[in-house]
Amino acid sequence: MFNVENIRKDFPILSRTVNGKPLVYFDNAATSQTPKPVIDAIVDYYSNYNANIHRGVHTLSQEATDLYEQARQKIQSHFNAKFSHEIIFTSGTTHGINLVAHGFSSLIKKDDEIIVSALEHHSNIVPWQMLCERTGAILKVIPMNEDGELVMAKYDELLSNNTKLVFVNHVSNALGTINPIEYIIDEAHKVGAAVLIDGAQSSPHIKANVQDLDVDFYVASAHKMCGPTGVGMLYGKEEWLKKLPPYQGGGEMIAEVTFEKTTYADLPHKFEAGTPNIAGGIVFGAAIDYMNAIGLEAIASYENELLEYANEKLLQIEGLKIYGTSKNKTSVISFNLEGIHPYDIGTILDKLGIAVRTGHHCAQPIMDYYKIPGTVRASFSFYNTKKEIDLLVEGVKKAKMMLS
Amino acid sequence: MSIDEIQEEIIDEFSMFEDWEERYQYMIDLGKELPLIDDQYKTESNIIKGCQSKVWVHAEMKDDKVEFTADSDAIITKGIIAILIRVFSNQHPKDIIDADTSFIDKIGLKEHLSPTRANGLVSMVKQLKMYAIAYQTQLN
Repeated sequence: MFNVENIRKDFPILSRTVNGKPLVYFDNAATSQTPKPVIDAIVDYYSNYNANIHRGVHTLSQEATDLYEQARQKIQSHFNAKFSHEIIFTSGTTHGINLVAHGFSSLIKKDDEIIVSALEHHSNIVPWQMLCERTGAILKVIPMNEDGELVMAKYDELLSNNTKLVFVNHVSNALGTINPIEYIIDEAHKVGAAVLIDGAQSSPHIKANVQDLDVDFYVASAHKMCGPTGVGMLYGKEEWLKKLPPYQGGGEMIAEVTFEKTTYADLPHKFEAGTPNIAGGIVFGAAIDYMNAIGLEAIASYENELLEYANEKLLQIEGLKIYGTSKNKTSVISFNLEGIHPYDIGTILDKLGIAVRTGHHCAQPIMDYYKIPGTVRASFSFYNTKKEIDLLVEGVKKAKMMLS
Repeated sequence: MSIDEIQEEIIDEFSMFEDWEERYQYMIDLGKELPLIDDQYKTESNIIKGCQSKVWVHAEMKDDKVEFTADSDAIITKGIIAILIRVFSNQHPKDIIDADTSFIDKIGLKEHLSPTRANGLVSMVKQLKMYAIAYQTQLN
């Protein structure tokens, strides 16, 4: 049974104060907080298993390797990949995207087309612009509408036999819109294009089943899923990962090296050059265990309740406008108060112990669409409460009073 | 008044406030007092980009003293700018170059001048000093 008061006890940071007030943490879309079992897993690794992996004959190295590979299997099972070697450990979502973009350099030629969406984070735009600069390929953009949804009719028009790759985030970081990735994937496959989905914002709320989706690549970050920073995962279909050239050269990723020729290791090691973030990978597995023990469905359902509650309460404030009003969204509310800069609101809220994100959320094209410098973004997680939302509403009212 | 005297005066003013709310309300009120800069100087080249709030700075030399005007699109940032202008404007370039900004700590606004704060203020202070250095070079 989902019990938020019990869950909150798992998160030590939630009992600290900020500026003399109890912390209200509503910046979950930037990074999630870390529960005790995950913190314990970090301590456990360094206290009992720390060793380099995949090469030692000694027991410690073998145990660390086993734990690391078990974590890979946990991730495989969580996202329902067919093989564990389809899961590549990365340093995070951005790394995964760059790995794929780099790999496509050799598969894409002049005048080929890459489709991205208007709802993307900068890290989802720049690697493709760089790829286009390198190859002469053309970048096309699926536009958005006033509700912050992608316009699928326009997507249909953009798709052609020239489309080689489609890249969309599963959930928009700035607005929380859940994009219709099933449709996007199916339509792309009809013209023979590969699809990469950025699951950074969706993975804390939605369990993606990569086989059912038939997606070619899917990326996520551990730190948005109650795990540590600096580690993430790239799922790639075996056939695609075999086709892509290695991203970085180094130890671990080779089979044989002579000065004449090097042969590369099999998947997944081909893409994991050097000593990886061993602790990070293992603890990522612990974070997935933690979230699954609560259950992503229970999490999403409770977060949806928080979203509806906050929506209703915030909209009662005169002059408050919410950006991103799709019916399909995660627990993110991006808003502004008429005539007030989001930075000022964020500053006052911080003084009240309330952590929100302000600014353009690294998604300037979305802000340009709405013709605003940025928004205040409150993002809720399963360890937040309605009482905390009340504090946010009071805080916004206070900010409004002080600033206008 | 010298830069030090103005800073002392500001510290005195702020010491009367009892909590953050009074301090911030004062800054917000300062920020609302217009104009801090002539519109013709709110140009792209005068912008200091601070990721979240924009800051514009303009400098002119009058009677061997530097006159600064500035603005921001965020009101709290603008309030702090008003304080910085009060300290640094109409001073000799050399005095501006030598001045420190530790008074900001003493009035409880330290976090706004942290180098990692994305509000453009740290770059603004650097920019004020750069102008002063440029004018000092002219005087030499």
